[in-house]
Amino acid sequence: MNILESMLVAIVALRTNLMRSLLTMLGIIIGVAAVITMVAMGSGAQQEVDQQIAALGTNLLMVTPGYSRNHGARMAAGTRLRLTEDDARMLKEQIPEIVAAAPTMRGSVQVVVGNTNWSTTVQGIDNDYIVARNWVVTEGRVFEPREVRSGAKVVLLGRTVAEELFGEARVVGQSVRLNNVPFRVTGVLGPKGQTMSGQDQDDVVMVPLATARGRLIGHSRAVAKAVHVIMVSVADAEMMDDVHQQITQLLRQRHRIRDDVENSFRIRNMSEMVETRAETSRVFNMLLAAVASVSLVVGGIGIMNIMLVSVTERTREIGLRRAVGARARDILTQFLVEAVTLCTLGGAVGVLLAILIAYGTAEITGWPVALEWQVVVLAVVFSAAIGVFFGFYPARKAANQNPIEALRYE
Amino acid sequence: MMTGELVEFERVGKMYHVGDSEVHALEEVSLSLEVGDFVSVIGPSGSGKSTFMNLCGCLDTPTRGRVIIDGVDVAGMTDDALAELRNQKLGFVFQQFNLLPRTTSLDNVALPLLYAGVKRKERHRKARQVMALVGLSDRMEHHPSQLSGGQQQRVAIARALVNDPVLLLADEPTGALDTRTGAEIMALFQQLNNRGISIVLVTHEQDIAAAARRRLTFRDGRVIEDRTIEQLRFGQPDARERNA
Ligand SMILES: Nc1ncnc2c1ncn2[C@@H]1O[C@H](COP(=O)(O)OP(=O)(O)O)[C@@H](O)[C@H]1O
Ligand SMILES: [Mg+2]
Repeated sequence: MNILESMLVAIVALRTNLMRSLLTMLGIIIGVAAVITMVAMGSGAQQEVDQQIAALGTNLLMVTPGYSRNHGARMAAGTRLRLTEDDARMLKEQIPEIVAAAPTMRGSVQVVVGNTNWSTTVQGIDNDYIVARNWVVTEGRVFEPREVRSGAKVVLLGRTVAEELFGEARVVGQSVRLNNVPFRVTGVLGPKGQTMSGQDQDDVVMVPLATARGRLIGHSRAVAKAVHVIMVSVADAEMMDDVHQQITQLLRQRHRIRDDVENSFRIRNMSEMVETRAETSRVFNMLLAAVASVSLVVGGIGIMNIMLVSVTERTREIGLRRAVGARARDILTQFLVEAVTLCTLGGAVGVLLAILIAYGTAEITGWPVALEWQVVVLAVVFSAAIGVFFGFYPARKAANQNPIEALRYE
Repeated sequence: MMTGELVEFERVGKMYHVGDSEVHALEEVSLSLEVGDFVSVIGPSGSGKSTFMNLCGCLDTPTRGRVIIDGVDVAGMTDDALAELRNQKLGFVFQQFNLLPRTTSLDNVALPLLYAGVKRKERHRKARQVMALVGLSDRMEHHPSQLSGGQQQRVAIARALVNDPVLLLADEPTGALDTRTGAEIMALFQQLNNRGISIVLVTHEQDIAAAARRRLTFRDGRVIEDRTIEQLRFGQPDARERNA
């Protein structure tokens, strides 16, 4: 008797006891659904984190000025460190592992086209910034070095801004007014989506740093070429800590910070920050998945229980089958296939249920979900394995029965 | 038609352990069944009839002596080989019919063919043929619960016949039927025997046994009488009594 025939026999047997089969499957269905839902939500969150990290830029260190602290006490005003464009250039020259060191300024600006206007964030940048933050320009072009040097009135629009102001219309080459100063649009930036805190990263415009400083963003006259942030992109993720230290050393030297004074600047590993926040939810998710797998095991035990009942109930049937020529292994296969069929069907239904729950939840709450087909296949295979594991003992019990005693069973 | 010895018992004994005591279900049984035989087995309850039949049917192995089926000693056969032998050469009919519930008569009849590795279509073709033979052509799709006792036993007989067995083993096949239906079943057996199928029929009713051509009488696990119908009719002693 081949496996296909065994499956048919099993399906017939399961169908004759439909209600019981369904109830037995319920344990597996719920277990699989729970696990898959947890995994889907977990990997949805993970995917979002990955996107956010990618959107941040690769191997990004963010250098920001802070206040000098002396043994915890804030020192008098005026000791605040000023970062400058020259700091950025120096870092890039001195540390070979640095791919890009982008000095940036940030402010807010009113953008006007015709009689539409839009308040947004303006970033003063050079082209290193585009590299460091992994921005892409989907239409038009980035700034030319000449434009960056001379502080030309050119602007790159974030996707949101472009859509708000121009809709579907062509944007590149158009003129916009930033705080009443006319700028020419050289390009539109590719979409990056939201940050973890829900900020729209595409709600931004970018102009050359010198332009921003000269025309758009207020700044201290005390330090020429002052910037708000230096974004540093490192060639290799392995080098992050090393570069971190080199930057610290160089900046301390350059700004003549005394040995007993703490750093008056901060260097943050951006991806690490996102990761740390993601880690918490990942651990929580794994915990939930682990709890859910317990219900799978419980489902498996349910299968075993019912299979044992079924074997006892069908003792005479087993005897009869043996009498008409079934080998012990045919009986083993029959009951094993029954258990595996129950579990696999349960697993498949569980997957469907999980898809409904996960995507339903995503629809309603906006939580990200991601379900890879490998997970689905794995879940079904795993259910089948549960069937084999928990079905084997009852099946062997059936197969080992003495035919005569089975036939005499009342 | 094949002739010769189908089943041979050589000083066969079967002993069961019940708690600390030993129960001798069969003792020192020596006989042979020929191809084409129609043997009835009678005796009081507990005399070892079923045990004898189970040994003939390779459902059980003796604790003593040798059981030789179709020239092969059962003791040397593997479990799988015994299953194949039952499947290919033997047919069983039980007092309690033992049909699969919630399964059509056709599928019940076709069951042995499943284990013979016959394809589904061919299984059903064969099963229909045998159903016709036992007069149940119009009950193919009925479930056992929708059939009378006599009809159920016919389905069981059809199942026993579907593999073209050489030997049909029936353990009190009329035990659960009324007299008239029992007689009909017996007529069917007679008809099958006329077609050349050997039959061993266990019963405890004298008039049912009378249908057979040879009668074995059991008591306390021993064969106390073994006579052909002629010997019975003319009052001749059987071989065993002559030797004694
Ligand atoms: N599996 C068994 N375990 C213990 N004793 C058994 C078993 N099967 C049969 N016997 C005993 O063997 C004897 C013969 O039984 P059996 O062949 O069924 O008799 P019959 O069919 O003639 O009524 C009885 O005493 C019965 O109790
Ligand atoms: Mg009996």
